[in-house]
Amino acid sequence: MVEQKKCQVLVIGAGPGGYVAAIRAGQLGLSTIIVEGEKAGGTCLIRGCIPSKAMINAAHKLHDLSAMAKEGGHMGISIPGPAELNMEGLVAWKDGIVKRLNKGVENLLKRAGAELINGWAEFIDAKTCKVSSADGDIRIEAENVILANGSVPTELPFMPFGGDVISSREALDLKEVPDDLVVVGGGYIGLELGIAFAHLGSNVSVLEAMDTVLPIFDKELRRPVELNLKRLGVKVHTGVFAKGIDDEGNVQYAAKDEQENIKTLKADKVLVTVGRRPNNNGWGLEEMGIKTSEHGFVIVDEKCATNMRGVYCIGDLAERGAMLAHNASSQGEMVAEIIAGNIREWDPVAVPAIVFTEPEIVEVGLSPEQASAEGHPVIVGKFPLAANGRALTMEAEKTGGFIRVVARDDDHRILGVQAVGSHVSELSGEFTLAIEMGALLEDVAGTIHAHPTMSEAFHEAVLATLGHAIHIT
Amino acid sequence: MGIYSFKLPDIGEGVVEGEVVAWHVEIGATVKEDDPVLDVMTDKATVTIPCPVDGTVRTRRGNVGEILPVGQTCITFEVEGEGNSTSEEEESEPVVEESAPEKKSKTKAVTPPAPSSRGGNSKPLASPAVRRRAKEEGLDLSKVSGSGPAGRITHEDLDDWKDAGSPVAAAGHGPREAKVGTTEIPVVGLRRKIAEQMHKSYSNIAHFSYFEDVDVTNLEELRQHLNSTRPEGAPKLTYLPFIMQALVKALSERPECNAHYDDEREVIIRHEAINLGIATQTERGLYVPVVKNVEAMDLWQTAAEMGRVTNAAKSGDASLEELSGSTFTITSLGKMGGTGATPIINHPEVGILGVHNASDSAVVRDGNIVIRRIMKLSSSWDHRVVDGFDGAMLVQILKNYLEHPATIFM
Repeated sequence: MVEQKKCQVLVIGAGPGGYVAAIRAGQLGLSTIIVEGEKAGGTCLIRGCIPSKAMINAAHKLHDLSAMAKEGGHMGISIPGPAELNMEGLVAWKDGIVKRLNKGVENLLKRAGAELINGWAEFIDAKTCKVSSADGDIRIEAENVILANGSVPTELPFMPFGGDVISSREALDLKEVPDDLVVVGGGYIGLELGIAFAHLGSNVSVLEAMDTVLPIFDKELRRPVELNLKRLGVKVHTGVFAKGIDDEGNVQYAAKDEQENIKTLKADKVLVTVGRRPNNNGWGLEEMGIKTSEHGFVIVDEKCATNMRGVYCIGDLAERGAMLAHNASSQGEMVAEIIAGNIREWDPVAVPAIVFTEPEIVEVGLSPEQASAEGHPVIVGKFPLAANGRALTMEAEKTGGFIRVVARDDDHRILGVQAVGSHVSELSGEFTLAIEMGALLEDVAGTIHAHPTMSEAFHEAVLATLGHAIHIT
Repeated sequence: MGIYSFKLPDIGEGVVEGEVVAWHVEIGATVKEDDPVLDVMTDKATVTIPCPVDGTVRTRRGNVGEILPVGQTCITFEVEGEGNSTSEEEESEPVVEESAPEKKSKTKAVTPPAPSSRGGNSKPLASPAVRRRAKEEGLDLSKVSGSGPAGRITHEDLDDWKDAGSPVAAAGHGPREAKVGTTEIPVVGLRRKIAEQMHKSYSNIAHFSYFEDVDVTNLEELRQHLNSTRPEGAPKLTYLPFIMQALVKALSERPECNAHYDDEREVIIRHEAINLGIATQTERGLYVPVVKNVEAMDLWQTAAEMGRVTNAAKSGDASLEELSGSTFTITSLGKMGGTGATPIINHPEVGILGVHNASDSAVVRDGNIVIRRIMKLSSSWDHRVVDGFDGAMLVQILKNYLEHPATIFM
C-alpha cells in the first residue's frame, strides 16, 4: 500500500535553496512538502560551507597557538609546549555545530508548517514523485514543484572517489590529519581546505591545470593568497594535470599531453576538488520533460521557472547565477513568493563571492577590467589593511590585504568592491548593499564608520577613489 | 568685408508668407551662390531658396515651424567687398537662433523623461525595494527618470511617474509587455498646413454628405475595351478619367456645384473652367494637384494630364501653379475601397466627390439577383450655398452618365 499525498508545493532537496523555499512557502500558507535524501541543510550546512568554516577556524587557532609555543611566544603569551591536536575531537566539535544547524532547520521547517520527508524522491512525471522512505513508499502529487537538488563534486574518471581519494565531504570527516595531502584542483574549495590542512600540520601540495591558482580572480587579488601559501609551505604546481595514482597511493602528474615525463607526489590522501556538477541524474529528471543545457543545468527564466508550467528550479542545479548557497536561498525565497501569487524576478545587481582562504577574498560587482569592458569610465581606489588600526590589533594586516573600490568616473556610482585580507568576509555585506542601493562614492564617504573597525578601511578605500584618503598618502 | 542681407523673396503669386521647413546651412558655414539655404513652405508648395551670394552665414532668422513674411530678412552673409547693408542695421534686429531654448523646452515639455544615465550598464539604477515595487506595479523602470544621484530612481520618482499617467498595466502578468511612453511629433510644415486647411474647411463649411451606388458594369466593359485597343504611348485608363469627363458634363448642368464661396465677401464665384483637384497621398503628406480645363480635354488627355500632375506631386516636383486653382475636388479612395466616407471640402470650393473601388455585387434587376459591378460614391457639399437637392441632383446626373457611358461622350 503506497501512501498518497497531495500538496501545493513540493520541494526536492533541503539545502540552502530548498529549505528556504519550503519555509517561505509555509509562511505564505501554502501546503508544502520537502523531501531530503540525507539531512536537512544540504551540502552547505552538512558537508560544505559550514563544516569547512568550522574546520578552517579550528585549524587557524591551532596555527596561532603554534606561534605561542615557539621560544619567546607571541603577543606576550607563551605556552609550554606545542598545542596538541585531537582530530577526532575537532571533527566531533564541527559535527556539533552541524547538528545544531540541522536541528535548527528541521525545527524552522516544522514551525513554518512544511512537512519534511526523509527519503529519495524519484519523479514519475513533472508533478508526481515517489519517495522511498524508511516508513515505506509515498506518492506525492504536487501543484508546484521546486527542484533544489543541488550539485555533487566532479569526479576524475582515472581517479575515482574512494579509499584515499576523497572529495571535500570526506576531507571534513578525516579521523587523522594526513602527513602528505595532495590537492587536485587549485580552485576555492581546494585552497580553503588545503590551507586548513597546512595549518593543521599536513604537508600540502596543490596541482592546478591553469597557470595560476584561483584563476577567476585578478592577479592583484590573488597575490596575498599566493604569498601566504608560500609562507605556509604549501607547494603549488601550476600548468599540470593529475594522471593517476600509483601502487603506493602516490599521485602521478605531468604537463598536459605529456606521457613521458611523469612526476610523483607522495600522498596519504588525495583531495580532488576540480569543481562541482549539477545533480541531474538518478531521480527522474528525464521523466519530467524539462529542458537542460549542454552542461546539464536546468534551463530557467528570471523567475526560475522551467519550460514546464509549475516546475521551478533553483540553486546549483539551475542555469542561473553562480553555484553559491546565497543565490540558491534568494531564488528559493523568490519562487515561494511567486507560487503564492506575488510578482517577483531574480534581478540582483551584485552577488558577493567569498573565498575563505587565508587571507580571505571578497568580490562584489565589477572588477576594474569588467567595468572597462562594459564601457564604464572607471576610477579605482585602494586602501591597505596595514593602515587600519583594528586590522593591526587582530594581525589582519599580516597577510598583506587591501580593499579596492571600482566606480564610475563621471557620476561616481560604485560598480564593484574587491577585498583580500584576514577577516574581510565580514565586510561583504556593506559592499553589496552599496552596490544594490546604487550608492555613489559620496554616499559611503558621507557615512560615518565606527572606530576602531575594519569597516573603516572601506570608507578609506572610497575616499582613496575620490582622491583624498586620510590615512594613506 | 561687407554684410549681405537677404530677404525672403516673393515665391509665388499671392504668397505673402512662408513657413520655415528646414535650414540647409548653419551659422558660420561657407556657402556658394545657388547652394540651397532654406526650405520655405507656402500654402501650396515647398520651395527651396537658393543662396544669393558667395560668403559666410552670419545670422539666420526663423526657427523650423516659424512663419516668415515675404520681404523679411531671413539670412545675412559676410561677403567679400561691400555687401548690401550696414552691419549696424542688422545687429539691431533680434536674431533668433534655431535652437532657441524656449522652443526646445516647448517641444520637450511632455515627452517622456529621459531614462537615467547608466553608461555601459543597461539596468536602471534603483534599490532592491524600488525594483520590487516596480515589478509588482507593472512599471517599466527603464522608462522612469531618476531624480537621485547618478539618476537613481526613488520611490518618489515612481509616484511621479504614475501620477503623470504612465499606463499602470498588468505587466508581468501576461506574456506581452504593456508599453508606456509617448513620442511627440511637432506639427510643422506640410502637416501644419494640412491641419490648418482642414480646420478652416471643417469649421467654416456646413458639410452635408450624400452617398450613392453606381452600376459601372457597362463602364467597366468600355474601359477594358479602350485599354485593350489603346493608342501607342497612351496611359492605361482607370475609372477616374471617365468620372472626370462625366463630371464635366454634370457640373455644366449644375453650375452652382462648380463654384467657390468667398465667405468673407459673401460672394459665390461660379467658374466656367472645370479645374479638378485630385487629392494625392505622397510620402510628405496630402497634396491636391490640379488638372485644369478638363472641359477642353478628351478622355486620353485627361488621363495623361492627371497622371502627370499627380506624379509631379508625388515626386515633389509640382509647381505652385500645378497645386492651385481647382474648382472642384475628387478624392479617390482607390483600392482602399470602403463603403463610404465623408470627405472634407477643399475650401473655398463647395463640393467634393469621394470615389470608392468598384466590385462585383449581387443586385436585384427585374426580380432576379444578378452580378453587377458596383462603385460607391460619396460626396460632401457646402450646405450654406448648395441645397441638398442640388448636391444630390449632381450625383444623380453623374450616376446617369456613368451608367450609360456613351452619353459622356455625346
